[in-house]
Amino acid sequence: MINKIAASVAEALAGVQDGATVLIGGFGTAGIPNELIDGLIEQGARDLTIVNNNAGNGETGLAALLQAGRVRKIICSFPRQADSQVFDGLYRSGKIELELVPQGNLAERIRAAGAGVGAFFTPTGFGTDLAKNSDGSLKETREINGRPYVLEYPIHGDVALIKAERGDRWGNLVYRKAARNFGPIMATAARHTVATVHEVVELGALDPEVIVTPGIHVRKIVKIDRVATQAGGFKKID
Amino acid sequence: MVIMSYQKRSKEALAQRVAQDIHDGAYVNLGIGQPTLVANHIPAGREVILQSENGILGMGPAPAPEDEDFDLINAGKQPVTLLPGGAYFHHADSFGMMRGGHLDICVLGAFQVSATGDLANWSTGEPGSIPAVGGAMDLAIGAKQTWVMMDLLTKKGESKVVAQCSYPLTGIGCVKRIYTDLATLACTPQGLQLIDKVDGLDHAELEKLVGLPIQH
Repeated sequence: MINKIAASVAEALAGVQDGATVLIGGFGTAGIPNELIDGLIEQGARDLTIVNNNAGNGETGLAALLQAGRVRKIICSFPRQADSQVFDGLYRSGKIELELVPQGNLAERIRAAGAGVGAFFTPTGFGTDLAKNSDGSLKETREINGRPYVLEYPIHGDVALIKAERGDRWGNLVYRKAARNFGPIMATAARHTVATVHEVVELGALDPEVIVTPGIHVRKIVKIDRVATQAGGFKKID
Repeated sequence: MVIMSYQKRSKEALAQRVAQDIHDGAYVNLGIGQPTLVANHIPAGREVILQSENGILGMGPAPAPEDEDFDLINAGKQPVTLLPGGAYFHHADSFGMMRGGHLDICVLGAFQVSATGDLANWSTGEPGSIPAVGGAMDLAIGAKQTWVMMDLLTKKGESKVVAQCSYPLTGIGCVKRIYTDLATLACTPQGLQLIDKVDGLDHAELEKLVGLPIQH
């Protein structure tokens, strides 16, 4: 019998290795799997490469993971924010590597990884500083039908940590509003995808016409109680 | 102190000026900051569908206090609402919507725009600053038309419309129109063209402020 429901966050994250690339969902207050990030801090894996849209806010969640010294490199589109002081400090003192990626290229590189695409040409970033490799050399470009494009490679994850709304024991997921953001593509791009849900339902209870992430992409599901926290970011549904 | 014979457009008046040019049925992305004001000035009778980069089409106004849902926020991370008929989708679909040329208009702020439509709006390139780009580069090149909305001059009085951007580029030749507090300009491969200007500002004076020729 297939049962992807894990009894605890610790069980779901037990296999995370040092040096892993971890894709973490979320945009702003929506869709951040805070309980899984806390679990990753507890679990202890280090030398991680983190892929997220941002680089942590305040002192909790991703910022706490950075503060704990577990992250070697971060791949993101928008690290600098009013409350990104933890990242700012580490970056300025040379203790963390940053790969800055335009947000759409970040999303497409993750999608490409999940879809088995070897690389793709994108117009985004052509002629800018972000069409350069980390050593300053220019990324490969090509003109196609008169338009210039930059070659971008996929971002594969060893692990993806995402937040969904409801799931079943086969791993099927639906999301809630703009908390969907990076969840569905990150789920496809990692070998070990862990999703939190607020509700576990029986097989067949999720309308197959509206399942967003089919269970094939999900390894573990952890049920988290629905509490109104800043990062949980929703009002309680009665 | 120079006495000016013209009045600058206020931020609200500028938003109203941009909104005037958004056609009925348009799919539009409004960038963070000043461009979000445009949503408040869409003329009555026009149905305009707003996109938000984090996976929303049919975005509505801010909710009443206490009605915020932090699973429903805009690109600036502020709570918003969804209009009946609106839809949610994931990030790759959202940016595919931009890159694929499905949005009619995108309105962005800028540090500098060149006469031929190069855009600089993500970094001032200051040494030691922490870079952040977000969706700026995708938005700049994705929509059918990219419009910039900004003050024409910096606080020091230098033109933000330039022959060549000195700040790091966001995109090349991507801006079609520049809406400013003093004039509206079109960017073309041949340079700037005048669309309109505030009353009392004569053409020669405008060209002097910009420091570039502007075709009538």
